[in-house]
Amino acid sequence: MTKTDGKKITALIVDDEDLARHVLRELIQSHPDIEVVAECANGLEAVKAVAEHKPDLIFLDVQMPKLSGFDVLELIGTETAVIFVTAYDQYAMRAFEVHAVDYLLKPIGRERFEAAFERAKSRLGEKLPPAPELAAAARPPKQFLDRIVVRDGTRVTLIPVGKLDYAEAQDDYVALATEGKKHLKQQTIASLEACLDPDRFVRVHRSYIVNFERVVRIEPYAKDSRIAILADNTRLPVSKSGYARLKTLLDQRT
Amino acid sequence: MHPLLTPIRRFGLYLLAWLPLALILIYLMAVPGRLGWLDATALIIPLCLIYQFVCLSAWYSCKAAPIQKSTAQRIWLTHVLAAALLSLLWVLLAKLLAYGLSQTPSFRGLDSRFSSQIPVIFGAGFLLYLLSVASHYVILAIEDSNKAEIRVQETSILARDAELKALKAQVNPHFLFNSLNSISALTSVDPAKAREMCILLAEFLRMTLGLGEKTSVPLSEELSLLHRYLAIEKVRFGARLQMEEDLQELSTSIQLPPLLLQPLVENAVTHGIANLPEGGTVRLSGHSRNGHVLLAIENTMDPDSAPARKGGLGLKNVRDRLEARYGKDATMRVSTENEKFKVELSFPADTGEAQR
Repeated sequence: MTKTDGKKITALIVDDEDLARHVLRELIQSHPDIEVVAECANGLEAVKAVAEHKPDLIFLDVQMPKLSGFDVLELIGTETAVIFVTAYDQYAMRAFEVHAVDYLLKPIGRERFEAAFERAKSRLGEKLPPAPELAAAARPPKQFLDRIVVRDGTRVTLIPVGKLDYAEAQDDYVALATEGKKHLKQQTIASLEACLDPDRFVRVHRSYIVNFERVVRIEPYAKDSRIAILADNTRLPVSKSGYARLKTLLDQRT
Repeated sequence: MHPLLTPIRRFGLYLLAWLPLALILIYLMAVPGRLGWLDATALIIPLCLIYQFVCLSAWYSCKAAPIQKSTAQRIWLTHVLAAALLSLLWVLLAKLLAYGLSQTPSFRGLDSRFSSQIPVIFGAGFLLYLLSVASHYVILAIEDSNKAEIRVQETSILARDAELKALKAQVNPHFLFNSLNSISALTSVDPAKAREMCILLAEFLRMTLGLGEKTSVPLSEELSLLHRYLAIEKVRFGARLQMEEDLQELSTSIQLPPLLLQPLVENAVTHGIANLPEGGTVRLSGHSRNGHVLLAIENTMDPDSAPARKGGLGLKNVRDRLEARYGKDATMRVSTENEKFKVELSFPADTGEAQR
């Protein structure tokens, strides 16, 4: 879907630094076919602006307060083309290379900017790789998520992983149970599992991941299956292999 | 392992040292005239051969009663008792040997001739054992001082390593690239400011390079480095970065390891302020008390973001360097309270006048 109808490409600039946004604005100005519809100083603003303006293209800084560039990408879905902007981040750069999303390194040079822009233009409308996968690849080894971002309309919720009780697979979504509420997020349970610290979260069942600290006791249910009872009396099914994983973790802790 | 048994050369020397002792003993036995030279040699050589091994046991009693840690009473009691006991055994052995030898025709009557020499054997056994104790204490002392020397060397190597690591970790690539990006933006918006920032950055880099060779710098020098660092970050973060400084009570000539505070302030900016959309304040305060310098770096933090990075690499580095330099005289405390992240350092005050 290249823009042949004369309409301008709409773009969003997201960076928490004034001067960094200024550089991008200046570079974009020399392209009459792009229109900057909004500038955002943090991830939360960016999520709102995307919902409001539905831009074709985002220039997205990776390191920002509250929500990082990866968090924003997770929350806006894969409809918008993204060019990441970062100063120096060896893992993030590797992730971009692997997942063929274009990225710019600060300080941004004109030539590199043109190349990224041309590439993004030619790929407008193409779907991006799933964001959680990209974010997982950009995480330094042995580091797991410390919070999960969820969007409900324009509302963004941050769930610290310590407050997550359990996660349940529901088709293409996971329901995240925390403090008595459930939040839906578009992600597979397997990719969520990969982001969580295996010493704290256990895949007890094909459809369930549980916070190990919430488990109060495990009761037999039927042949080869059990039930985990959580602190708030929630009952979760435990499969045979799930029970084995729980047991290994329990043995490690004692 | 017993120090005299290995290496084999040392053991050989030990055996050799007993030769003159055995000769003296033979002389002592034969001179009063009761025993012939042959009698004395036949008795003393096997006795000494056995007793030199017995004397090696002094090492264990010396280890059990280390000279610095035991009372004189205990040391004397241990060794005198052991000496008496062992020489008694030795006398018994000598009696047995004399009795055995007297059964052969060439030494007939040795048994009764030997009896009068028993006090000499006892006295010699007693003194030889004490001599062995004394030598073992000397060996232990030498070993201890060798170990202490190795420890000193190891500590200084560790300290040097930690310092080098700290210095290498200094210029954070993030900081450098972001600053360059700011300069590149400023060139069109505000060329004068761009030039000013180039100069700040150059001065900052030059100062960090120069610090590599120094072991201590006066507080004033560390502060001027910090001020440049913060001035650069202030250009990036604008109003989001506020700074407060309360150091009037401290003498600016106080000496501290170079780049001790800079990584802490950098932490406060990159892990504290940078995570706050509205920004916050970095506060540096210090005073001296009872010959110690107390410095605190405090910053506003986002309570929702990752828990306080107590194990952060920058913090660990500072802790290691403090410990390498001051040992137990320095402390570092990290705390989070009321959305404030705080690092407090305490180390001995040194105004550097002693060296001058």
